[in-house]
This record gives sequence, structure tokens and C-alpha cells, in this order.
Amino acid sequence: MVKTRQQNDTEVKIQVKDLNFYYGSVQALFGITMDIPARQVTALIGPSGCGKSTFLRALNRMNDIIDEARTDGEVLIDGKNIYDRGTDIFKLRKKVGMVFQKSNPFPKSIFENVAYGPRIHSIQNRKELSEIVETSLVRAALWDEVKDRLDKNAMDLSGGQQQRLCIARALAVEPEILLMDEPASALDPQSTARIEDLIDELQKDYTIVIVTHNMQQAARVSDLTAFLYEGYLIEFGPTKQIFTKPAKNKTEDYITGRFG
Amino acid sequence: MPGAKKEKLVGWLMRVTTYFIVFVIASIIFTIIYNGIPVISLQFLSTMPRNSGAEGGILPAIVGTLLLVAGTIIVALPLGMATAIYLSEYAKLGRLTRTIRLAIVTLAGVPSIVFGLFGLGLFVIFLKFGASIISGCLTLACMILPTIIVASEESLRAVPKSLREGSLALGATKWQTIRKNVLPYSVSGMLTGSILGIGRAAGETAPILLTVAAFYLPKLPRSIFDQVMALPYHLYVLATQHPEAVKVRPMQYGTALVLIVLVLGVNLTAIISRIHIRKKYKW
Repeated sequence: MVKTRQQNDTEVKIQVKDLNFYYGSVQALFGITMDIPARQVTALIGPSGCGKSTFLRALNRMNDIIDEARTDGEVLIDGKNIYDRGTDIFKLRKKVGMVFQKSNPFPKSIFENVAYGPRIHSIQNRKELSEIVETSLVRAALWDEVKDRLDKNAMDLSGGQQQRLCIARALAVEPEILLMDEPASALDPQSTARIEDLIDELQKDYTIVIVTHNMQQAARVSDLTAFLYEGYLIEFGPTKQIFTKPAKNKTEDYITGRFG
Repeated sequence: MPGAKKEKLVGWLMRVTTYFIVFVIASIIFTIIYNGIPVISLQFLSTMPRNSGAEGGILPAIVGTLLLVAGTIIVALPLGMATAIYLSEYAKLGRLTRTIRLAIVTLAGVPSIVFGLFGLGLFVIFLKFGASIISGCLTLACMILPTIIVASEESLRAVPKSLREGSLALGATKWQTIRKNVLPYSVSGMLTGSILGIGRAAGETAPILLTVAAFYLPKLPRSIFDQVMALPYHLYVLATQHPEAVKVRPMQYGTALVLIVLVLGVNLTAIISRIHIRKKYKW
């Protein structure tokens, strides 16, 4: 069940140092410190409201759009603190793509959905756009299903297809990191399996951080697992170790289903 | 009284009330159509009034009202939409935003004659525009701004947050997101909501009374600083100010019919396009 993979690649992609996050006066994350390795899948698990999504959104500064949100601490991506004053958050979000829990295709054609990001980043050439759209859809394992109807509205796709479209849309701006917030939680088992296969495929080229509610999913897709509880990082390590011999009682209780 | 019987009685009462409203509207429209139709002719619609409006047509009043409506749209629509975009997309919760909202609600509750006086004071006298089309349009624009703002904001808020987040997460700026992934889905809703406000502007008398409307001016305007006649004011004049009010009754009905067709036409456009747009976008 637990994914086993040689972990010879130890390049650190994201370095989180003493990260605290506040919604107004309520603190949601407490001093989180962890190193997320490049081109591996890191899963974030924990009960609802433990701060998984908040933490994920701290990695591409999506929390910035919330009024009264405040972050302190450091998040270094490729050695550069993204919370430095001079950070270009638009470049940052291009580099750190995001896939949301509820698939959110734009009510436009399939082509326009994928071309949206490249267009934002000033690619106008139709031929170039077509190539990007095709490559991205191929990578997201959706091309064969939609290649004959790229001009059709994305809202008419099935739930699983919509989520893969959102992945393709994120890939189209050539990110290096992919953040996934429970990307399969609203999908049927078959679509979930396809997304998981896709994650497995994508981790060869991308650093993936995935929030999941589903223990089996974390075990299946991830190399490393972080367990968060009430805003604290309780335990972080190789998935195999977390699931077979967790160091903390809390982790064991959660994984064995004693709470959460 | 037993429950079932009570239930029946309440249902019956509700029905009567509803029918009563329909009856009132129907009888107003019927009276106007019945009495107005005989007066309507090409000549009535396309010639100048004569003999203080007792004879001839109502062309300058139609042109005047159309000009006022067009001018009001040009002024109020961009202003209202921009305000709505600010409130819905940019404004943070705080004292300033609360004050702006309070101002909008208050503005919506101000009686139209007060807008007329305000327009007289600011545009006609202080800014020296005189009684003119521009003064009238600006005054009407102030009056319908709240309608446009509220309708536009509602339409913007109907666009799910997830679409904004999806765009921002791709590295789009806020303005790119609004322009490419919010406005395209809401602009038609903003327009249809606004048209209802514009219909109101076409029918109002008080705001134009003091700022633009001419009592009797049988010629077409040449610039935006000219006075014009307007349908609602013309109707008011014929009905209450004319020395031979009873004799010109048919002219009153004719004018009322034209006005009501104009306003209902505007509103109908809004309703039809709203239905059409609801079918087009779904999420």
C-alpha cells in the first residue's frame, strides 16, 4: 500500500522557517519549520481546521488576498524568501501553481481555460498558445478526451475531467511547484485513481505538495508526509515511516482513526 | 376555526390581493392605451407642438427624453460601474467602506425633487450650465447612481470567488483578473440591472423640472447647453398648467402612452436580456 521509492534526490525546494500565520487576532499556524524536497510528493494530513490549507496557501502567498491576514517567518523557495518585501508575487504564483479542492474551470472554452495563464503572461501568438495548450493537456492526461472539442465550454466536462483541466491550466504557465488542495475530494473513485496516477507521473518534473483528508491517498501518492494538528506541525518524515512507526502518539492516534 | 378552513381563507386572501395589484396595473395601462391610441399618428410623433401644445405633435419632447436618457447613461453607467467594482473587488471592510455604503443607501432614499433642487443649485447656478441638457443629465445621473451601483455590485458578487482565486493563482494581477475573469461574466448583468434605473430616469419629472425641461419649446436642441422639452414634464404641463386642460386631454393620453411604451420598452429589454444571459453562463 505504502509507496516506496528511492530517495536519492535530496535537493530542498521549499524551506519553511518558523512560519506563523494569523487571521486577525486568531493564530492559525504556529512556528512551522520544514524542508520540502524537490521533485517529490509531500502530503499534508490532519483533521479539519488543523491549518493544512492555510499552510499550503502560505507557499504561494494566496493568503495575501484575505483581509487582516498576517504572516511572519520565512518561506524560502530555491533559497529566496518569498515574504521578502521585493518579491514579485505574480512571478511567484507563476512558479508555484495551485489546484483547488473544488475544480474551478472558467466558464470559457477548454482552449481558453488552458491558454488563460500564458495569455496573462503575455503570450499572444496563436500557434505558440496552441502548442502550450496541447502539451499541457497531454501532461494532464486529458488531451485524448478533449482534443476534438477544445472550443466547447469547460463547464460541460465531467468533474474528474474538470479537475484535470485545472491541472492542465496550472501546468500551462510552466510552474516548478504544484500545490494541490484536496484535489480529489469531490471525485468518484475512478476519477480519483486517475488523478493519483497523474500525480505519480507529474512528480518526476514537479515538486508537489498535496493536502489530503484521505489517509490511503497520502500513503499511495506521497514520499513524505507531514501531520498537522491545531496549527502545529506534529511530525514530518518519510511516508512509510509515518504510517508504519510514527514517533508521536498523536500521529498514531490520527492515522489509526482514533480521532479526526 | 378549523385549520384547513383557515388555510383556505388565507390562501384566498393572498390571491385576492395579488389579483388586485394586477387589476390596478391593467386598468392604468388599459385607460392610457384606450384613450391614447386615437391620438397616436405619424404626425403626432414627428411634428412640433402648436398652440402651447394644444395641437400638433410631441416630437421635441420625445427627442428631449431620448437625449436625457442617453446622456444619463453616458454619465451614470461608467461612474456606477466603477464604484461597484471598487466596492466589490477592492474595498476593504472598514469605516470608509461603511460610509460609502451608507451614502449610497441614503442617496437611494432621497426624494427626486431634492435631486432637482440639488441639480439647480450645483449644475444650473453654481457651475453655470444653466437650465440645459447637461444639467438635466447630471442630475438624473445622481438620482439613478444608487440603482446602478447596487445592481452592478450584485452582479459582480454573483461571480464565484473560486474564479478569482483560480486566476490569481496563475499569477494574474487583480486588475487582469477583474478584466478577464470577472467582468466578462458580470457586465451583462450589470447592464440589465442598470437599465431598470435608466427606465426610471426616463419617467421622472421632478429632477428635470428645475434643471432642463422647457415649458413649451417647439424646436429641437442644438447643443448640450440648450433646454429641451421632455415627455413627463410635457404631460405634467398639459394636465395641470395648460389653460385648457380639459380640451387637451387627448394630447395628455397620447403623451402618456408614448412615455409608458418607452419606459416599458426599456424595462422589457432588461428582462429579456437577463433571461438570455442566465442561460449563457453557468457555474
